[in-house]
Amino acid sequence: MPTPNAPSGPNPSKAASEVHVRSLTCPGCGGPVSLRSFGQAVNAACENCHSILDAQDPNLKILQQVKATEKFWPLIPLGKRGKLRGTVYEAIGYQYRRIQVDGVTYGWSEYVLFNPYQGFRYLSEYDGHWNYVSPLRSLPKALAGVSSQYLGQTYRHFQTSDAKTSYVIGEFPWQVRVGETVEVTDYVAPPRVLSSETTGDKETTWSLGEYMNGSDLWKAFSLPGEPPPAIGVYENQPAPLGDLPKSIWKWCAAFLVGAVLLVILNAATSHEKTVFNRSFSFDTSATGEPSFVTDVFEVTGRSAPVKVETDANVNNNWIYLNYALINEDTGQAYDFGREVSYYYGRDSDGSWTEGSTHNSVTLPSIPPGHYFLRIEPESDRGHGTIAYTVTVSQGAVVVSWFLIAIALLVVPAVMLTWRSMSFEHLRWQESDHPKTSLNLSQISSGDDD
Amino acid sequence: MTERKSNCPNCGAPIQFRYSSSVQTVCEYCKSILVRTDLDLQKVGQVADLPPDPSPIQIATEGKYGNRNFVVVGRIIYQYEQGGWNEWHIVFNDGASGWLSDAQDEYAISFRKDVAKLPSQAEAKLGKDFRWDNVAFQVTSRTLAHYLGVEGELPFQYWDKTDVTFIDLRSSGGDFATLDYSDALPALYIGKAVDFDDLRLQNVRRFEGW
Repeated sequence: MPTPNAPSGPNPSKAASEVHVRSLTCPGCGGPVSLRSFGQAVNAACENCHSILDAQDPNLKILQQVKATEKFWPLIPLGKRGKLRGTVYEAIGYQYRRIQVDGVTYGWSEYVLFNPYQGFRYLSEYDGHWNYVSPLRSLPKALAGVSSQYLGQTYRHFQTSDAKTSYVIGEFPWQVRVGETVEVTDYVAPPRVLSSETTGDKETTWSLGEYMNGSDLWKAFSLPGEPPPAIGVYENQPAPLGDLPKSIWKWCAAFLVGAVLLVILNAATSHEKTVFNRSFSFDTSATGEPSFVTDVFEVTGRSAPVKVETDANVNNNWIYLNYALINEDTGQAYDFGREVSYYYGRDSDGSWTEGSTHNSVTLPSIPPGHYFLRIEPESDRGHGTIAYTVTVSQGAVVVSWFLIAIALLVVPAVMLTWRSMSFEHLRWQESDHPKTSLNLSQISSGDDD
Repeated sequence: MTERKSNCPNCGAPIQFRYSSSVQTVCEYCKSILVRTDLDLQKVGQVADLPPDPSPIQIATEGKYGNRNFVVVGRIIYQYEQGGWNEWHIVFNDGASGWLSDAQDEYAISFRKDVAKLPSQAEAKLGKDFRWDNVAFQVTSRTLAHYLGVEGELPFQYWDKTDVTFIDLRSSGGDFATLDYSDALPALYIGKAVDFDDLRLQNVRRFEGW
C-alpha cells in the first residue's frame, strides 16, 4: 500500500473555508477593479473606463468596450453596506436604464445588493421613489397586459415597456451590456410591484419590489444628507390614506345598519300614546296676562321623545304659543315656542296658500314623570278668538337624529374617498391604462376580496 | 452496506464514506475520483483544478429541510452562462438522499422522482406546462451547463461528463423541478425553492470582511 503523499492534519476542504475578496486590474484602463461578490457576479463594469468585463475570467476579459457619453453617480456608493429587512447587504453594482413612452424618455437607477449567504437583491430609484426588489421563488400566473396573481394576491398591469441599459458600473449577476434592451412589465398592488423581464430569447425572470422611503434607506446605509425628495405619485407608492377609504365605508355601512336597526327597534317597541289633549281659545282682544297652566298629565316609561302638536283654526292670521313643559316633581322646564299660521288667497297666478293649521314638535329624551304645560299665546290684536288644540303624546319615532347620523358618517367618507381617488388617478395616469375607471376596490392595497 | 474505511488506490490517503449508499467519492488529497465496487475502490478519473468557489456551503455543512436534518456529503460542480453552480448531495438522518442546488445563492432542495414518461429536451420548451405529484409546473429556464468537477460522495457514478442540459420548472406555490439530461434517459428531481435562512445551515464557509 502506498504511503499517503499528502500531509495528514486538517481536512483540506476545511482549510479553504474562508473565501477571500479579489482585487484585479481592468485590462481596459489598468485601473483597479474590486470584485465584491466573491465570484458570484458574472460581469463587472470598470468604474473608471466603463468596460464590461467577464468577472468569471481570471484575467477579466473585456466583453464590451463602452464609450460613456454621460456619467451617473450612484446615490448609494458601491461598496457601501446597509441593513435591510435584518440582513446586511453591500451595494456592488449600479445601472441606469431608460424607457420611452409616447416619445418621452424616462430613466431610473438600479442598484445590485449582495450578501454572500443570501445572494442578490436590488434597489431601484425613480424621482426619489425607492423599491427594494427580491427575486421570486414561485411563478406568478400572468394574464398578459391585465393582471398577475402571486401568492394569492392580484397585481394589476401597470406598464409594459422596453428598458434600455444606458450606463453600468460594478458587478452584475447576469450578462449586462450597455445598449441592451429587455421588455419590462410591471403589475402593481401597492406597496408592492411584481415585475417581469423578458430577454430576446423569451426567458422571463420575475421579481417583487416593495416601496421604500428614501429616508429609511438613508438610515439603513448611513448615508449623509437627505434623500432626494419623491416627486409625483409612483406606480406602487402606498396611498397616504392606505386602506382607510375602504375601511371607512365598511364602518359606515356597519353603523348605518346599526342605526337602521335601532330605528326599527324603536318603532317596534314604542307605541304612540296620547297623554294630554285639550282645546283652548285665545281672545286676541282680551287684555291681561294671557299665560296659564294646564292640568297635570303623566309621561310614563323610559326617557323618550315627547311630541307636542298644536292645531289652530287660524284663517289668514297667526298664533304664536310660548310653551313650557314643566316637570311637577323636579321643576325642570323645557321651553319652546311654536307658530301656527295659515294664509291663502288668489292672485294673477291663481290661488295660493301658505302655512298650515297644524304644527308638530318633538322634544327629545323627556324623563318619565308628572308634567304640566304653561302656555302663553300671542297674536295680532283684533283677530277675534282663535281656537286651538294641544295634544301631547309619547312614544313617537324620531328619524331626524338618524338623518344627522347618516350625514356625519357619509360626509367624511366621501371626502376621504375623493382624496384617495385623486391619488389613484395620478398613479394610473402614468400607466398604460391612464383612463382606467376608478372604483373603490382599486383604492385598496390590492387584497383579493 | 456497512461503513468501511479504506485507502485511496492512488495516494493511499484514508477514504471514509459518510453515507452508506454512496457509490463514488473523491480523494480529498489527490483528487482522484474513486468508485466503490464490491471489493475495493477503483480510480476512474481525476478532478481538475476548480475555479474559486463562492458558495457558502461546503462538505459537512449541516442544515434542516422542514424538520429533517441533513448533512452535505458531496457535490457536482457546473458552470453556465450565469456563473458557477453547485448541486450538493445531501443525506438526511433517516437515510434519504437529496440535492441542494445553489446557483448564485439561490437555493432549492429536490429529490429524485421516478416518473414513467418524461419529456424530451425538445418537448420541454420554455413556458410549457407539466404536472407531476399533483403540482402544475412550468418550464422557466433551459440551461446548457458545463460539467466542471465533483467533490465528495455521490449516489451514482458521475465523472465523464461534458455539457449537460438542465430544464428548470417552477410552480405558483414555491415548488421546484429539474429535468436532468445527463444520461440517455432524462431524470426528474422535484422539491422546493428555499430561503437561505430556512435552511438553518451550520458549518458554512466564512467570507472575508463578513
